[in-house]
Amino acid sequence: MTLTVSDLRVEFDGFVAIDGVSLDLEPGRLHFLIGPNGAGKTTLVDALTGLAKGSGEARYRTRDLLALASHRITRLGVGRTFQTATVFEELSVLQNLDIAAGVHRARWRLMLPRRGTPEQVAEVLETVGLTELADRPAGVLSHGQKQWLEIGMLLVQDSSVMLLDEPVAGMSAEERDETGELLRRISPERTVVVIEHDMDFVRRFADIVTVLHAGKVIAEGTAAEIRADAEVQRVYLGEDA
Amino acid sequence: MSMKTLRIKHSSPYVGWLLLAVALLVLAPAVLSDFRLGLLAKYCCYAIAAVGIGLAWGRGGMLVLGQGLYFGIGAYAMAMHLKLADAGPGGVPDFMALYGDATVPGWWEPLRNGGLAVVVILVLPALVAGLLGLAVFKRRIKGAYFAILSQALAAAFAILLVGQVKTTGGANGLNNFQGFFGYALFDPANKRMLYFLAAGILLVSILAMAWLYRTRFGELLVAVRDGEERVRFLGTDPANVKLAAYVIAAVLASIGGALFVPIAGIVSPDDVGVVASIGLLAGVALGGRASLLGPAVGALLIGYAETSLSEAFPGSWSYFQGALFVLVILLLPGGLAQLLGLIGRANAHRGSSVSDHIPRGVPRGKQSETEIARSASEEAAAR
Repeated sequence: MTLTVSDLRVEFDGFVAIDGVSLDLEPGRLHFLIGPNGAGKTTLVDALTGLAKGSGEARYRTRDLLALASHRITRLGVGRTFQTATVFEELSVLQNLDIAAGVHRARWRLMLPRRGTPEQVAEVLETVGLTELADRPAGVLSHGQKQWLEIGMLLVQDSSVMLLDEPVAGMSAEERDETGELLRRISPERTVVVIEHDMDFVRRFADIVTVLHAGKVIAEGTAAEIRADAEVQRVYLGEDA
Repeated sequence: MSMKTLRIKHSSPYVGWLLLAVALLVLAPAVLSDFRLGLLAKYCCYAIAAVGIGLAWGRGGMLVLGQGLYFGIGAYAMAMHLKLADAGPGGVPDFMALYGDATVPGWWEPLRNGGLAVVVILVLPALVAGLLGLAVFKRRIKGAYFAILSQALAAAFAILLVGQVKTTGGANGLNNFQGFFGYALFDPANKRMLYFLAAGILLVSILAMAWLYRTRFGELLVAVRDGEERVRFLGTDPANVKLAAYVIAAVLASIGGALFVPIAGIVSPDDVGVVASIGLLAGVALGGRASLLGPAVGALLIGYAETSLSEAFPGSWSYFQGALFVLVILLLPGGLAQLLGLIGRANAHRGSSVSDHIPRGVPRGKQSETEIARSASEEAAAR
């Protein structure tokens, strides 16, 4: 199911953070969002998940995400992670995932204790490589592990759209590789959108790249096409590389 | 993790509960005089309300500064029933003849029926807390604003009671009860029965919390406490989770208040106002708000300390209470439960067995919440 963003605008006190962005976020490919600081990448994700008010339209499964509350957007299958991984630090890794898995449980089952490890939670623990750490409080995880846990929380919810805000920032080279492979593994059945700064990472894993600058889309294409784009070079790669 | 650690981890709260049960049901009745047992019964009533505060504040992060409101709803409903029952069928409570025109107001009448009074004690606080909670939590009012609001309501309730001398006894409150559901209250045997009733209900409510803390709801509540905004992005409206905890806390406070009336023999606006509400909170803070037994044990200790210190140094209690608050919050934010945990950790190496990790400490601020809020404005600010 494609998430279609059309003419999205987000304003903060007169400052236009997103200025008429239109985008198709399609399943089955790793879609990267890049752009200099302040380009509006995180704001775009905020607007799609009910955190920032936007005008325009973001159509998904016949619903307009811009009109929904955050928890309803999640229940529709659109999940996100945060730049600073936000996990429940006092709860175990397992409990974190189990709470995320709660979207698919009947409400009354909240009144029962969890018994053992639910099957889908066990699978996801394996997928994100945190099985060994399942019983540790999430607060003791490394930065990279917290990001994996956040991705795991989306997987266990079976989100069909995953909006990941700089998942590899601050990760070691190996952790980046592992994360890239993980994203590649999970992208065929869902829409995976990644905000990223590391151009090397983008080149290696992106199927499609959208470049944002000053709240507008200035280019879209494969990593190679983006690299060749003159305007992108001017506003973005020129500064960075 | 080995089976052995698992078993110990799961059973330790129940061991504590068992010790408390033996102390309350066997030891105390054996060694305490009727007078002291009556005082302990009163502390048990506070402790029942404290158990609810432990849920709302300790696990849910809601600083409920005004639980006197719900304690008062239960207490006054019970007191009104007892006055009507004393007056007999169709009779008029004594104080109404004294202050008013000796007619029973219409809103008193339903409480003539004992069964209905029990229903009111259980349902009315749930309704009030439910409506209030919906209005407050859905609008995302939290932190200090919520605390002040809840305290203002308790204050308003007490002021309202004082102003209604003819129908609520005003500042004197309601007192001089003769019977409790057919049992004469001057009979020492019945007073002991009331003690066992209060202690029993306290123990049952702790068991109910033990269950609740183990359920997925209990885990979700802690998640809401530590990352309310994050929970939203996992598909759950945190307002509903908080609402449930708040309603349960209100009902427990009401039950405590209802039992308080026949035990103390009086209820007045002083028992439901701001000072009383903070008194309820003090025990919870002392015992350890997020622990299972802490709120109840803390409330019992505070009750005992208040009585004995007031006997030894009349008029000094509020200074002790204030000092205690400051000390606990500065030095031991997790209360006595934290102290026990520290001792336990020093004694035995606990390894990595945290699968049943019970969050005892202080909630970690609203770190993640502000971070999320920041992420919205970050890009704008970055320019």
